Amino acid sequence: MEHHQHGDAPVLNKSVPVRHPGRWVSAVIILLLVAAFLQSLFTNPNFRWDVVGTYILDVKVVQGVGWTLLLTVASMVLAIVLAILLAVMRQSDNPVFRWTSWVWVWFFRGTPVYTQLVFWGLVTVLYPAFTLGIPFGPELFSYALSDPSKGLIPAILGLGLNESAYLAEIFRAGLKSVDKGQQEAAEALGMSKGKIMWRIILPQAMRIIVPPTGNETIGMLKTTSLVLAVPFTLDLTFATNALANRIYLPIPLLIVAAFWYLLVTSILMVGQHYLEAYYGRGVDNSAPAAVNPAAAKAAGAGADAQRSMKTDFPEESAR
Amino acid sequence: MTVTAEKPLVKIEGLHKYYGHHHVLRGIDMTVNQGEVSVVIGPSGSGKSTMLRCVNLLESISAGRISVGGQLIGYREINGKLHDLKTKEIAAQRREIGMVFQRFNLFPHKTALQNVMEAPVHVKGQSKAAAQKRALELLDRVGLGDRAGHYPSQLSGGQQQRVAIARALAMEPELMLFDEPTSALDPELVGDVLNVMKDLAKSGMTMIVVTHEIGFAREVGDTLTFMDGGVVVESGDPREIIANPQHARTKEFLGRVL
Repeated sequence: MEHHQHGDAPVLNKSVPVRHPGRWVSAVIILLLVAAFLQSLFTNPNFRWDVVGTYILDVKVVQGVGWTLLLTVASMVLAIVLAILLAVMRQSDNPVFRWTSWVWVWFFRGTPVYTQLVFWGLVTVLYPAFTLGIPFGPELFSYALSDPSKGLIPAILGLGLNESAYLAEIFRAGLKSVDKGQQEAAEALGMSKGKIMWRIILPQAMRIIVPPTGNETIGMLKTTSLVLAVPFTLDLTFATNALANRIYLPIPLLIVAAFWYLLVTSILMVGQHYLEAYYGRGVDNSAPAAVNPAAAKAAGAGADAQRSMKTDFPEESAR
Repeated sequence: MTVTAEKPLVKIEGLHKYYGHHHVLRGIDMTVNQGEVSVVIGPSGSGKSTMLRCVNLLESISAGRISVGGQLIGYREINGKLHDLKTKEIAAQRREIGMVFQRFNLFPHKTALQNVMEAPVHVKGQSKAAAQKRALELLDRVGLGDRAGHYPSQLSGGQQQRVAIARALAMEPELMLFDEPTSALDPELVGDVLNVMKDLAKSGMTMIVVTHEIGFAREVGDTLTFMDGGVVVESGDPREIIANPQHARTKEFLGRVL
């Protein structure tokens, strides 16, 4: 306290930090291993970097990336819509909804995605046409399902429905993570059930839901390589495999596929970062929001007050 | 304090509440007149919060009746038989009743201003401009006009509770319920919240306040109700009861909190 008596800045402590020799040793070992690996990448002719270069922007490959992206986005959108529905149904007062949601998750999570994809590829054998009518009664509406655009629709259905079961559990966990007081406060204001869910509960649950959903999206990007089970044969894995089989050089084309998967994953991770920042507002990141000129001015004055308060504690502002 | 028009706004008759076999409220009768501040005290577990939560149906009513402004809460009575109200109808009844919680329950993803604007815009359908103007007035009234853009996490407990009061007032309720509004606050922050409540009482708002603040009861309360074990033990003029409690249990409780 005496340091502050005359308003002088305190003399900061200069201590000798603890040494960490283990860190230096491990860094050297790991750098040596990385260097050896990098050297092999450049000197081992079997990698065939010339072939990687030839095919990395091949039309088939780039189209494959496009189809893989389409499959990922479409099946995730389908899965998210279904998952919100399933998670809300699971919390419903209506026992029929709760039971339906439980059985859906049980079935789609309990059977392999590969099996489901094969099934959706064969669904036209079971049901050649989609028919709406009264069971055992007259037929009201019918739509032929034959040749569903070369497997794209069954692939999206297979991936999306399977994923919806996993996402439903993630969404359920997210909804449960929101404090019960939030529901009560919204009810006490006279808000309707739907408004409470969409405006109060879900935005807060999203903070919990986004990270694992990002994880699932990246997983889905690679699960799309299973769509040959449908069969759908335009995705990135199938395209690079086909090229590899044609030129008998599997390794360079695996590198091509890995490059593209990594690139797309990296882009998705950037998107996830921004989503997390958005849904974390007020909790994880909380710069005061400017509301209107008058209020913004007032809020700015408040922030100034905080700033001047902070300068009373030099060690605080130094951080 | 003030001479009220003796017009009952809230009537609680024979209220019982069970949680399973646990009999929490054992026949509560209580009347709150228009413009009156009714303070409810009692040890924890006495059922005072449960009673309050029944008034806006955050808890279902096991037996008995509650009416606010002559309207039966939660039910419609047809030929002496009670019919449950639909969720929508219950929501409409709740719009007339503001509630302030012990744990504030502000919406953490919305700023103070957005918290106050939420219900007027999305329940009452007011225009954003009108709701914002009114919300800023209310924030000014609770002394937080300069904190409109702050998120709840950036406000102290006392400030959060005052935003919560402004949020409830934004719906222009005819009755305000306070469920231990200062119990979660640091001692030095209690005064600001109580002052806002005093101003509100002076403005003629009908209030039911569940609290441990005996000083508030004495100064602002028009009636004081002491509850214990799910029943009303004693009820009447706050100053008389505090100075001269008639029942041993009231005496014992006041002895411990005063």
